[in-house]
Amino acid sequence: MTEVAEHTPHAPPAEPSTGWRHYVLGPGWIRAAWMTPLFFAIGLGIVVGLRSLGHYEPVWDWLIIVTVAGLITAPIGFLAGIGAFDYWVYYALGYPTRPEDHSGHGARSWKDYFRINTDHKVIGVQYVVTTIFFFLAGGLMAMIFRAELAKPGMQFLDNQEYNGLISVHASLMIFLFVIPAFAGLANFVIPLMIGAPDMAFPRLNALSFWLLPIAGIMMLSSVAVPGGAFGAGWTGYAPLSVVGTDGNVWFNMGVQWAGASSIMTALNFLVTIITMRAPGMTFWRMPLLVWANFTTSLLVVLATPFVAGSQFFVMFDRIMHTNFFNYHEGGYVLGYQHIFWFYSHPAVYIMMLPGFGIASEVISVFSRKPIFGYRLMALSLCAILVLGFSVWAHHMFVSGMASWLRVPMMITTLLIAVPTGIKVFSWLATTWEGRIHLATPMLWALGFVSMFVIGGLSGIMLGAVPIDIHTSDTYFVVAHIHYVLLGGSLFTIFAGIYYWFPKMTGRMYNERLGKVHFWLTFVGFNLTFFPMHIIGVQGMPRRVSDYDPQFGTWNMVISISSFFLGVSFVVFLYNAITSWLRGPIAEANPWRAMTLEWQVSSPPPVFNFDEIPQVVGGPYEYGVPGARHAVFNGDREVELEEARSP
Amino acid sequence: MRRGAIVRVVTIALLAAAAATAVAIFIPWLPAADSKEAERIDLVFWVVIAICIGVFAVVAAITIYSVVKFRVRPDDDSDGPPVHGHTGIEIVWTAIPTILVTLIAVLSAVALAENGDLKSNRLEVDVTAQQFAWSFKYPQYGGFQTHELRLVEGRQVRLTLRALDVIHSFWVPEFRQKQDAVPGTVTHLPITPTKAGKYTLICTELCGLGHALMRARVIVMTPTAFDQWARGQQQQSAQGASG
Repeated sequence: MTEVAEHTPHAPPAEPSTGWRHYVLGPGWIRAAWMTPLFFAIGLGIVVGLRSLGHYEPVWDWLIIVTVAGLITAPIGFLAGIGAFDYWVYYALGYPTRPEDHSGHGARSWKDYFRINTDHKVIGVQYVVTTIFFFLAGGLMAMIFRAELAKPGMQFLDNQEYNGLISVHASLMIFLFVIPAFAGLANFVIPLMIGAPDMAFPRLNALSFWLLPIAGIMMLSSVAVPGGAFGAGWTGYAPLSVVGTDGNVWFNMGVQWAGASSIMTALNFLVTIITMRAPGMTFWRMPLLVWANFTTSLLVVLATPFVAGSQFFVMFDRIMHTNFFNYHEGGYVLGYQHIFWFYSHPAVYIMMLPGFGIASEVISVFSRKPIFGYRLMALSLCAILVLGFSVWAHHMFVSGMASWLRVPMMITTLLIAVPTGIKVFSWLATTWEGRIHLATPMLWALGFVSMFVIGGLSGIMLGAVPIDIHTSDTYFVVAHIHYVLLGGSLFTIFAGIYYWFPKMTGRMYNERLGKVHFWLTFVGFNLTFFPMHIIGVQGMPRRVSDYDPQFGTWNMVISISSFFLGVSFVVFLYNAITSWLRGPIAEANPWRAMTLEWQVSSPPPVFNFDEIPQVVGGPYEYGVPGARHAVFNGDREVELEEARSP
Repeated sequence: MRRGAIVRVVTIALLAAAAATAVAIFIPWLPAADSKEAERIDLVFWVVIAICIGVFAVVAAITIYSVVKFRVRPDDDSDGPPVHGHTGIEIVWTAIPTILVTLIAVLSAVALAENGDLKSNRLEVDVTAQQFAWSFKYPQYGGFQTHELRLVEGRQVRLTLRALDVIHSFWVPEFRQKQDAVPGTVTHLPITPTKAGKYTLICTELCGLGHALMRARVIVMTPTAFDQWARGQQQQSAQGASG
């Protein structure tokens, strides 16, 4: 690698190197500051130019100008300005491209986290911090509408504000927190775990991160759109999303940017995992987190284009007067739901499988035992991947689709509980007779297992068609999704953040505050979401700004608990920030884990491994005398190891 | 596994099951069941709840027992026994859930089929939903229209649902049955009310700004009272049309 770089015939970087030109024309925030409005102007010119050429009235149609210039070309200008396309543009224009000198690797100061950076470890941290920002924004919105819901009757929100808040809350949590937070953790960990120096496509990796803030800001700022934010729920069912406020376009396009980011990252993971494993790292020696992200990435690549399509159809119906979902002109209203759920049910597993992977890592390490039934754990991920594509219509049992479709969809939905159950039982069997250390990551992982079981059981109830007919679109569903997405995904995200905090920051977090954070969240979470099961079954529909007074008491309890839950995250923020700044320096392997990321320093060297590791065994051989996952000191040792093993 | 461990785990499981059962019994979960369909749905509900309590108790017991029994001090550097799996146990915990979910699927399919059966003497009502109101037409009685839904105790009604603008959804919690009204598609919902009284129809599909308030009154009447009311409405609307 280095030799190629030294002998490259190309000229040095074609970047202006002196004076003001360096600042204005070089990649960065200043260039982004003028390229964004420039690209907005280009988009505006295209719209206005085409409309005046075609004699469309009015020429200045602001809905279309905002859609094209504001939501499509201006973000492209921002990405170009900040430098996401520099290499490809040089290449396409025939300029000498900068040979990969790895100058984009590593972070020397906090400022490097605000630049295009091709280092998977920097990108991983960028992802996690960005997603936590949007998590807090979404959480604050939840507390605003819980305040409104504390009492029956309308308090301080109007219906549009309420519908907007619940929709933006859910969209941020799903598209800007759970999905990318897992992508961020995996971004940091996966190359290290498989013994690779980086992801397969580092520039693509950087680009896929920078699409995220665009998507998030788009969804957030729809609150400021005249008429109000998108208010058709995160599911955005047509035709309400077509005839609702213009804020819906901001959702349609926000999903495109977030979805593009997901797809690029997933492709990157797939190529990285397939082609860049260290010698000896066979598929059956991969840590389960790698398996989990492998299956998740397949889901993302296959399913995400469907949600992109559904949102484009809705947007075209609005701005181009197509009739995909306009039944007066032959549109097919239920078509939206089929396309949407063909993505969004697999998306549930996109939001869960990486968490399964994290739980497997943490539970094995902190039980000091091998994962029970490693192969079945990997195969059950594959089973969920396949079955996950055959269950989408269980969201539509009362939708009016062909009624014969209900029973087969119920059967596949209930069957998917089997591989999920296998995973839960395997985790429990892993803890059995282990040497359990209840450190913070383990608390979150065990909290995840117990809460996810409740969410899984309510999922079985919803999978049974007769029960679903009663509970569909009630608070029972709200309780269910929060048990799987908060008790499931969020708990594993925190397990992962605490587990890899020393590796990512090079410092230890405060153990006592970590435990306080867990217990406050655990209690607040159950007090907030368990009662929702009850009021749902009793008859309170979801997505209502006002409700029957008989549900007043429970709603007051839920609202107070939700503030308690909100406060628990302040403990996390305090712990994370102070530990990152001043925490004790972390050892390379504080958890005595076997996987590869713990065999290098904390934080890892810029190129991860000074010497390519040779994988010689499984990743969870705790308690096996003399077992090793990998060796670093050369081929001889490998030969010896292989001679020793039968 | 030693016998002592099994006894303790079973004890914790029974305690957890008892606690969960208490939550299931002492909190009023389901509203009154005032239709034949509701009785079948509730049967499925309680069977599945029983299975869920069983699964929950097993998981809770093993989690609690493991954490209490196998927890070690932070400075304990020893490892657990290197058990990699056990094919027999793995087959068992694949097979048992498969059997349980098959049971649930069969029971559900039967209940669903029975709830979809149409009687020949049924009442027909055309339901129209639009932002943010319901209206009802009685084609068997000359097609008069009302804004409250009147049904007959003990007689099946087949609702035919239409939506004029966006998707709405028909739900009376005491009847359990729910069905979306979809623009451009005609959907149906059979209900057999079993008790005279007043109920509230709730829209359960987010349909815009007035969604929370899109409700209508539902009155279930005895057959004679209903007949009298329906004839009266029919006459009135006929007079209105001619006059």
